[in-house]
Parts: sequence; structure tokens; C-alpha cells
Amino acid sequence: MGGLISVVWDVASTDSAYTAAARFAVVLAFAATGEWVAERAGTLNISVEAMILAGAFAAAMGYHTTGSVAVGLACGTVAGAMVASVQAEMSHRLTADQFVVGLTLNILVLGVVGFLGSEWEPSTRTASVVEIPLLVDVPLVGPALFGQPWPFYLIYLVVPLCAWLVHRTRWGLEVRSVGENPQAADVSGIDVNRRRRQSIYLGGLTAGLGGGYLLLGQVGRFDPGIVAGRGFIALVAVIFGGWTLRGAIFGCLLFGSVLSFRLTLPGLGYELNNEMLSSLPALVTIVAMALFAHAVRQPEALARPFIRGLK
Amino acid sequence: MSAQPTAERGARSRLMEVVLLYAGCALGALVISGLIVEAVGADWSTVGGALLNGSVLKPGRWGGTIGVTIPLAMVAIGTIISTKVGLVNIGQEGQLLVGAAFATYFSTRVPGPGPFVLIVVLAAGVVGGALWSGLAGGLRYWRKVPEVLTTLLLVSVASNLVGYGLKHHWLLLDAEAKLGNRNLVSEQLPPDTRLPRITMWGNDFPISAVLAVCLVLLVGWMLSRTLWGYRLTVVGHNRKVARRFGISESAQGMIAMLASGGFAGLAGAFMLTGGDFANYRMVSGFSVSIGWVGLLVALVANNRALAVIPMAFVFASLRTGSGFLASTGIERRVTDVVQGLIVLALLLPPAIMFIGERRRALAAARSRV
Repeated sequence: MGGLISVVWDVASTDSAYTAAARFAVVLAFAATGEWVAERAGTLNISVEAMILAGAFAAAMGYHTTGSVAVGLACGTVAGAMVASVQAEMSHRLTADQFVVGLTLNILVLGVVGFLGSEWEPSTRTASVVEIPLLVDVPLVGPALFGQPWPFYLIYLVVPLCAWLVHRTRWGLEVRSVGENPQAADVSGIDVNRRRRQSIYLGGLTAGLGGGYLLLGQVGRFDPGIVAGRGFIALVAVIFGGWTLRGAIFGCLLFGSVLSFRLTLPGLGYELNNEMLSSLPALVTIVAMALFAHAVRQPEALARPFIRGLK
Repeated sequence: MSAQPTAERGARSRLMEVVLLYAGCALGALVISGLIVEAVGADWSTVGGALLNGSVLKPGRWGGTIGVTIPLAMVAIGTIISTKVGLVNIGQEGQLLVGAAFATYFSTRVPGPGPFVLIVVLAAGVVGGALWSGLAGGLRYWRKVPEVLTTLLLVSVASNLVGYGLKHHWLLLDAEAKLGNRNLVSEQLPPDTRLPRITMWGNDFPISAVLAVCLVLLVGWMLSRTLWGYRLTVVGHNRKVARRFGISESAQGMIAMLASGGFAGLAGAFMLTGGDFANYRMVSGFSVSIGWVGLLVALVANNRALAVIPMAFVFASLRTGSGFLASTGIERRVTDVVQGLIVLALLLPPAIMFIGERRRALAAARSRV
């Protein structure tokens, strides 16, 4: 027990541990924010993994051809939205099962990206670090939150923007109503499936941006295995957070730190069980869901397709 | 009297429509694949020819394709069972891995004559897979945790678990293998606990092929012709009706879930004992996405048991055929693209038909008013 406390203390008092945790968490946060919107509208969108991957690949190609990080990120965002368009149109216009479509997309995008990646071999590097003056000098968390590659700071825009959209606009109210009671929303004149499609598009945009950040802000070199289940962890973070944005971001921070231990703990001289650590987000979520599935209120119509006249 | 010929003609044109839709969508997928191949500067006809040669035409190749078809068909038929009862099991990859790990564990530890050990190994595979899906099923019915998520999450847990097992001698690691030289393999199966291989016209494949065909037919028959299958169908279609009938949703769901995982685990055990994968050993990354692809096979087969066998063969051909792509100068991963596109394309016809039918029904309802 004493050993554990000293580990926690060592990690908690190291700057680099925070930096690594923030880098892992922010990719999750990009994806989870959009995923949260999609889930509030009633789609359990498992193609988020594919969206991140497509975003990362498009960012790599964008950077490779133009040499500009901004263009790379824009390409990534567009690619995420392209994957989202397939998911949205097939599951909420054509009434194909959303899990089936999502799963197929995950496999298809992995195939396309693996194939094109090995044919075109984009060469990339990470974006330069931009330190925000004053804030970066805050002890411990300063460098982690304000001394990162510049695409990192987009998260400070994306999260409040999505929170505002969902909680403070008419569109957001409609999105939430569509996720809670699509029949009632339909009767009051809201195009249910249209709102759901739009929320998936938004999810694609942020996940694609997250993929772009993953490549240009963190990893720096494209590989088809770059996402490594982060999309699923982001999805899980939303559920872990009980379908609130605050909770989802907390989940991202938690799981991001767990993932980052793989890098930080060996650096501090601790041996660790890599397999245990890798499966921790999944295990924590399963246990949390088993314990709190009753207590947490999920969007009432989550994962239920809406077809007018059929309940 | 005059209604009948019209209905017949209607049915025939409906059938034509279905065939055309499927053909059109499949063609579309192939055209897009061809375009992607052309985009990277290769010739689509040579690529297609290489795929055909590698999977079926060249001597000794279709035996290997059958070897890949077996686990795909097993995973797919399991998926059909769980879909029938209305559950979404997407964790076959993990169930297959756990099944294979169980099989490996018992393969070298059970004493006795070879055939007996073989049966124990296969049974262990079934138990392992069923355990893994049963976890998700149990959480679904006792704690109301959505099975989509648990099955999905348990995939990563399973692969980490197997990774852990392959680093420890008391679990899966071969006693001879030295730790740390990236040689993380299990002990090879002794020859008498391997599945016998059938040789036919210069091709050879494990005897599990026969067993797999029988199992697919059996499950297809049971789902459509027995009381058990009917119960699953009722629960899958309407839970309220099932309750009125006195059919326990959780019992049927658990049975379906266990069967589904059991088949995935059996696929793992077949892979281990069949010899077409990893040379009778458990290695890291043993499952080589067979679980995911098997799931796709079930989707493309649109949950009809009989369609599983040809579809599994097509997908297996893409995999074995990709071995011949090196000579065409194109990455073998192109087959992943083709596979994904085909699945996506074949999801379209049922959805389009559903919408068309609804339109027709709505129009009919309107004309009646």
C-alpha cells in the first residue's frame, strides 16, 4: 500500500506525467465531445474510431502535400465528416442498423487507410510547441495545459462551442428532444432523422479534428494502427460520464491518464503490467456500467432508430 | 380470380427488383474498388486475376481457402443466433481469442489418447468463447448494461489477456520459448491432437470443414424449424408478445448469447487445431481479424444460415487470394478495402427495399382513404 502511495506521489509530482496525460486525454476529448452530441441525439455511434482514423490519415496527406499544419487539420476534419456522412445517411436515412454500419465503417476505413497509407506513404512531423505566456508557468499543470503543440488549444474552443450548441440553442434543444422522445419531437414538427444526421456530422467533424491532432500534435508519423482503440475509449468516456459533457471530459482525463502511464511509469523507474493497463479503460467502464447502469439516466431513445409510425 | 396473376407478376417483378438491387450494389462496390486500384497506378484486371489465382484457380489453393472459410462460417453462424434473439454481439474477435486460448491451455495439459484430447480441446474452445459472451449476456440481463458495449470492450480485454498469457509459462507460453526475444508462442500441438486433413485433387483441408457444414445446416434448421428457434424469433421480434407466450426473454437471450460465443470459441479452436493458421500454435495476434470478418459474413448473409457458407468462402478467397498480390506490385491490404466496400454495398439493398415497401404501403393506405 505504501508502495502504491509513493507511485501516485511520484506521478502526481512530475511535470511530464501531466503533459503526457493531457496529450492522451485531448484526443479522446475531441472525439468524445462530438460523440456526446451524437449520443444525445440518440445514436450510439461506434464509427467514431473510423472517423479519428480517417481524420489522422487525411491530416497526414494534407500536411504531406501542402506542408501546412492548418491545412492538414482541415483535411482531417473534412475526412471525419465524410465518414460521418456514410454513417448518418445509411443509418438515419436508409434505416440500416447503426451498429452494423458503424462496424463496417471501422473495418472499411482501416482497410482504405492501411492500403492508401502504404501506397502513398505520407511523411509528416509534429506541429511546433506554442507556449502561452504566464499560464505555462503554473506549477505542474501549466506545461500540460498551456505548453503544447498549437492544435491542442483547439480543444478549448471545441468543448465550449459544443456545450453552447447543445444547451443554449434551439438546435441543441431539438437534438436533445430527438434523443429523448423522438415520437414527441416528430409530432411537434422536428425532423428527427435530420437532427440525428446533423449531430453525427458534428461528431465526425470533432473526431476528424481529433484524428488530425493525434497525428500532427502527438504522434507525428502515420501508421494504420495509430488510433488503437481511442475511438472506443472516447465512446466509453461519454457513457462513463453519464451523458453529460462534464462527465465525458472527466472520463477522457481519467482514461487519458491511465493510457499515459504506459509512457510515464517506466520513465520513473516502475515496472508495470502493460496488458492490465491497456485493458483498464474497458474494465473500469464495464464495472462502472454494471454498478451505475440503473442510476444514470441515458438518453431515452439511445440506439433506437426512428421510423415514423413504428415504435 | 383476376387478382392472382397480377399478384404473381408482382412477386416476379419484386424478385427481379431484389436481384437487380443486389447485383447493382455489388457491382458498384467492385467498380469503386477498381477505381481505387487504378488510382494507385495498378491494373484492376491483373489484380482481380491474381486474387482469383491465389484463392481458387492455382493448384492447391482452394484447400487453403476452405481452411479459412471454416472459422469464418463458425463465427457467422454464431452471430446469426444472437441476432435472431435481438442481441447485438460484436465481440466475436474476443470470444474467438478466449476460445483459442482455452483450447491451447488444455491441449498440452490433458493426458490421454490424441482423439480424446482433441475433443477436450474443441470443447474447451466452446467453453472459453461462451464464457466471454456469457459475461456480456449476464451483464445485459442482470445489470441492464448494453451488450453492444460490453462485447466490444471485452475484445480489447481478451487480446490483452491473451497477450499476458503468452508471456507466462503457467498460462500459455511454451516452456522452451525464451522470454524477451519476441518469441511469444505457445507449445505446438502434438501431431495426434491435430485435426486430420483431407486430401482431394491436390488440395488439402482439415476435416472440420465437414463438421462446419453440418453445424451450419443444423443451426439453420434449428432456427427455422424447431421450437427453440421459434422462441428466439418471438423474443427477437417482440418482447411483449414473448412475455405473453410465457417465453423468458432473459433465458432465451442468455442461451443465444452463450451459443453465439461458443461458436466463436469453436472457430478459435478450429483455427488452432486445423493447421491453416499459425502452425498449430497460439501466437500473439492469433485471431487475425477472423472474428470481425466472420461478423461481416453474417451481415452480408443477411442472417440466413444457408448464405453463410458461400459468403464465408468469398471472404476467405479475398484473404487467401491476397497472398498472390505481391507480383502485381500492389499492397495486399487492397483486399481489406474490397471487403469493406462489398459489405457496405450489400447493406444497401435491404434498407432500400424497406423504404420502397413502406412507400408502397403508405400509398396504398392513402388511396384507401
